[in-house]
Amino acid sequence: MDIVLGLRIKGGVLVATSKAATRGISVIKVGDDKTRELNPNTLMAYTGEAGDTVQFAEYIMANTRLYGIRHDIELSPSAVASFTRNQLAKALRSRKPYQVNVLIAGFDPKTEKPTLNLIDYLASNVELPYAAHGYAAYYTMSLLDRHWKEGMTQEEGVVLMRMCIKELQTRLPVDFKGVYVKVVDKDGIRDVSALVYPDEYPEAEVTEELEVQQGEIAA
Amino acid sequence: MSGYDRALSVFSPDGHVFQVEYALEAVKRGTAAVGVKGKDVVILGCEKRSALKLQDPRITPSKICKLDTHVSLAFAGLNADARILVDKARVEAQSHRLTVEDPVSVEYISRYIAGVQQRYTQSGGVRPFGISTLIVGFDPNDKVPKLYQTEPSGIYNAWKANAIGKSSKTVRDFLEKNYEEDMDKAATIRLAIKSLLEVVQTGAKNIEIAILSADNPTEVLSTETIAEYVAEIEEEKEAEAKKQKPSRD
Repeated sequence: MDIVLGLRIKGGVLVATSKAATRGISVIKVGDDKTRELNPNTLMAYTGEAGDTVQFAEYIMANTRLYGIRHDIELSPSAVASFTRNQLAKALRSRKPYQVNVLIAGFDPKTEKPTLNLIDYLASNVELPYAAHGYAAYYTMSLLDRHWKEGMTQEEGVVLMRMCIKELQTRLPVDFKGVYVKVVDKDGIRDVSALVYPDEYPEAEVTEELEVQQGEIAA
Repeated sequence: MSGYDRALSVFSPDGHVFQVEYALEAVKRGTAAVGVKGKDVVILGCEKRSALKLQDPRITPSKICKLDTHVSLAFAGLNADARILVDKARVEAQSHRLTVEDPVSVEYISRYIAGVQQRYTQSGGVRPFGISTLIVGFDPNDKVPKLYQTEPSGIYNAWKANAIGKSSKTVRDFLEKNYEEDMDKAATIRLAIKSLLEVVQTGAKNIEIAILSADNPTEVLSTETIAEYVAEIEEEKEAEAKKQKPSRD
C-alpha cells in the first residue's frame, strides 16, 4: 500500500512518496525514500515487490548516468521514460519479470517543459498531468480531476498535494507514516517536504523564501 | 625478423615481450599530455592537433575524457584504442557505484585500467593498447588531488607531476626542475602550460587544459584564457633572456 503520487505544475513536477517500508503487516522503517535521482533533472519514484524496486531503480540510474558521462549530455526525461519502458518490456518477456511500477518526473532543460510519465510493470508508458500508482489512485484521482489546473504554481500544487495526503490519511486503513515531497524543475531536484508539513520540520531552515511560500499557502 | 614478435604472449630469449615495447613506441609518437598536482587542484594538459582546413573542428574528439563526475583521463598514443579503454572504464565506474553505492577511487579506476591493459598483453589473438594514460581526480569524501599513470604493459604509478607522449622526457625533465609542493591553482595551471610549451611550438591554440578541484571537477580553460597564460609566460621568458644577456651598448 505504498503511495506514489505526482502532479505537474508550472515549470516543474511535484512527487510524493510514502515513508513507510512494510513487510507483511509490519512497518519496518519509517523514513524510507522511494525515489532515485536518475540524472540532475529526472527523478524516479517506485513501488512494487520489495527488492525488485530498488534493484530496478538503481539499474536504470546507473545506465542513465553512464549515458550522461559517455555522451557529455544528459538524456531527456522522455528518453529516460522510453528506456525504462523498454527495460520493463524486456523483463516482462523473461523468466522472471520485475514487479515494479514507477513514475518518472523530469524537467527537460532543452524544451524547458516539465513531464510526468506513468509506467507500470506491464510496460505501458503514458505522459500525464497527474498520476498515482496503487490504492493512492483510488482516493486521489477525484481530487486531482476536480482541482488540478494547467499552469498551477508551486504553491497551488503544494496545497493540492496536501489535500491528497489528507484524503489518503482519512481513507486508507493503514498509517503510511507521511510522505516525502520532492519537486523537479529548472534548478534540479529538491526536497520540499517542509512546505507540505510545516509543523513537522521545526528544524528546517526557515528561509525568507520558505516563509513567503508558507504564508501564501496559509492564505 | 627474430620471430619473437610474431605472437604476443611469447618472450624473446632475453626476456622482452616485443609487442608491448612496440606499443610503448606508439605512445611516444602520440601527442603529449601532462598532469600536475597542486595543493588542492590537479591539472590535465594536452597538445591538441590543429584541424585541417576542410575539417569540422566541432566533432574532433578531445584527448581529455571524463570517466565519472570526479575522475578524468588524458591519453597519449592511438586515439582509437583509447576510446575502447575509456568506455570500459566508464562502465566500470558506474558498475562500481551500482554494486557498492560509492563512486570509484582514483586508485581503483587506475588499477582497473592497468588491469585491462595487462590482459591485452597476455592472451592470444589480441594486441596491446597503444596508449599510456594519466588519470586524475578526487576520491569520494576527500579533497586531496590524485594523479596516476598507466602504460601498455599494465604498470600503474602515482605521481606529483608527469608527462606522456611525444618528447615526454623533455617535459618530465622540465617538471622535475620546476615542480614545487603545495602550488595554488594559478601556479599549477602555469606550470602545466609552461611545461607543454617546451614541446608545443604553436602556442595556445594547440593546447587544451582541464582543471579538477574538489568542488568543481569539470572546468575546461578556453583558448583565450590559455592564450593569456601563454603571453604572460613568453613575456617572462623574454625578460629573463634580457637579464642574462645585457645589451652591449
